[in-house]
Amino acid sequence: MDVLKKVPVREQEPKVRATNFEEVCYGYDQEEAMEESTRCINCKNAKCVTGCPVSINIPGFIAKVKEGNFEEAYQIISESSALPAVCGRVCPQESQCEGKCIRGIKGEPVSIGKLERFVADWAREHGIKPQPAKEKKNHKVAVIGSGPAGLTCAGDLAKMGYDVTIFEALHEAGGVLIYGIPEFRLPKQGVVEPEIENVKSLGVKIETDVVIGKATTIDELMDEEGFEAVFIGSGAGLPKFMGIPGENANGVFSANEYLTRNNLMKAFREDHDTPIFRGKKVAVVGGGNVAMDAARTALRLGAEVHIVYRRSEEELPARVEEVHHAKEEGIIFDLLTNPVEILADENGWVKGMRCIRMELGEPDASGRRRPVEIPGSEFELALDTVIMSLGTSPNPLISSTTEGLEVNRWKCIVADENNGKTTKEGVYAGGDAVTGAATVILAMGAGKAAAKGIDEYLSGK
Amino acid sequence: MYPITKAEKLADKIFLMDVVAPRIAKHCEPGQFIIAKTDEVGERIPLTICDYDREAGTITIVFQIVGASTERMSHLQAGDAFQDFVGPLGCPSEFVKEDLEELKKKKYLFVAGGVGTAPVYPQVKWLKEHGIDADVIMGAKTHDMLILEEEMRSVAGNLYVATDDGSYGFKGMVTGLIEELVKEKGNHYDVCVAIGPMIMMKFVCLLTKQLEIPTIVSLNPIMVDGTGMCGACRVTVGNEVKFACVDGPEFDGHLVNFDEAMKRQQMYRTEEGRAMLKLQEGDTHHGGCGHCGGDN
Repeated sequence: MDVLKKVPVREQEPKVRATNFEEVCYGYDQEEAMEESTRCINCKNAKCVTGCPVSINIPGFIAKVKEGNFEEAYQIISESSALPAVCGRVCPQESQCEGKCIRGIKGEPVSIGKLERFVADWAREHGIKPQPAKEKKNHKVAVIGSGPAGLTCAGDLAKMGYDVTIFEALHEAGGVLIYGIPEFRLPKQGVVEPEIENVKSLGVKIETDVVIGKATTIDELMDEEGFEAVFIGSGAGLPKFMGIPGENANGVFSANEYLTRNNLMKAFREDHDTPIFRGKKVAVVGGGNVAMDAARTALRLGAEVHIVYRRSEEELPARVEEVHHAKEEGIIFDLLTNPVEILADENGWVKGMRCIRMELGEPDASGRRRPVEIPGSEFELALDTVIMSLGTSPNPLISSTTEGLEVNRWKCIVADENNGKTTKEGVYAGGDAVTGAATVILAMGAGKAAAKGIDEYLSGK
Repeated sequence: MYPITKAEKLADKIFLMDVVAPRIAKHCEPGQFIIAKTDEVGERIPLTICDYDREAGTITIVFQIVGASTERMSHLQAGDAFQDFVGPLGCPSEFVKEDLEELKKKKYLFVAGGVGTAPVYPQVKWLKEHGIDADVIMGAKTHDMLILEEEMRSVAGNLYVATDDGSYGFKGMVTGLIEELVKEKGNHYDVCVAIGPMIMMKFVCLLTKQLEIPTIVSLNPIMVDGTGMCGACRVTVGNEVKFACVDGPEFDGHLVNFDEAMKRQQMYRTEEGRAMLKLQEGDTHHGGCGHCGGDN
């Protein structure tokens, strides 16, 4: 064994997986996990923990894996995380825990994400559940949204003994874990549903089909239904479009729509009613994780898929692993390319996209080099589908119906990042609803901080 | 689960159901809609609210079979339940928030086409309850397809009916009746609310623009979540792109780009038609839909 390298993880062959929705990565088995765990040198002042938004005791759980005591490893993780099987799969470890790993200086960091995933999967397969609270507290807390922020906040509060109800607008709990991230990266039945069951096993109630701001309001929940505190984790659901001509042509979708049809509504399965347009040649505009998810979904539905991104490969905001997987599967990257118009036929269907080549100029506010159009470089791509993956912004449904809740100019809820406190008493917020579109784990970190904030607030009451 | 307390066939392929949904019944207003999902594999189907009973906690919906999902939905009976029923979605009709005294000065004309009668009914009823008599035109292909006539008559000021084939009331399109009321009878209207098939709304708007009657339409485009998340329902109003689910469903009809909206409605036609044929013909389906390849 080369201690400088991670124990390799087994994956589905790119050619095979490009045609199915089964999970790409198989994860470690017991032997591989134990072998990888020996690479952890159990730093006294563990940098990896500081890189983790929910501060999992990483050396602690890895030490248990080393001993073969997976159950204890799981209990150590679940002290800090309600969704380890999810995080082990979708966290950007390379820029968090693994990015700080001492091993990474000379070689590859310890494969913390894959170890977390192994432990969580092992616990699920062996029926191990997180420990519920021993004593109940007589306080009702409402959590709005059942995505990563809401589930984490609810789970933490339930562990402290609070009576927690989650309200979810869609018909299924899980938020972006259900409607956004595809099956091949995060299996729903196998991984997400059991993790949500775990949160429920802590005593959390989940009421689906309730749109807060419409079916009821935060003020009503507090004044009429007896909730003493509310956590808003409603995410960033509104899709952005480019505002270029032709964008309303048939065959232009937001990544949100495309992924929701496929993931939440299971349009890829013959036995489900919801249709999805199966294009032959698809362009996905954007370079984030959602763009990769949409592209790889379109590929699995049988299309030739192009990623159209205005900057270069170096600036792609998607995780390196996702870009790597996408390339392996045959996604074509049209970099330094920007759409200027979507072309439609006489019946209103997409037939192509006019694009312009870009080059990188001076760094902009984000520190990345600003893409600049190359004059006269316009060209047409023949297509039948365009998927816009340009990011999302928070849904104003809640902020516009809650008195005294301040939002900033991007419609993000203003909240203290240390404890989730908003401008309205008893109301806390976190995740994408506060930060704008970010990652699962950052939302979880915010849910966790807010649970602490709510506990402090209600304890002082 | 959301129990169905009443299920009734109103006309060929048109059904009415009362559904227990207390949270929605408590908050809904005329103009809003719900999304229903029959079972695990069903689609999320947006349907306008036809009536509501705040005390009983029920919502009345009316729908027409247009595809496999609505066909399956039509088999539900009293005692069955929807797996999911969510709302109220969208914005209430504007007049709900208007100053009542100002509102009382206005003469409303409602134009209801086909199942569009269902969302018109609670609006006319609301106005009646607030002391305002509105005129209503109801249009249907033929007398048998006319729905909710008695209900509408009980809340409308004057009720006019048009059938395409002349089997009942005025013979011709609703636009012909509008022209007759305004041009020949000299009726004055301050606001027109037209709800029905997209093509009807388009032609009503062309006419009312000419007659200089501000007109509101209610759009029912393709939707998935109904909360602003997917953008499937985007429509061009004026020069702006709006999401019908959160910005609508009611818009200034004189500004709606109907041609684009009608094209967008066709998006899944073929898929829906295919699913429908598969359902009707089962394993015996060997083509004819033009898409499955069975006819080659």
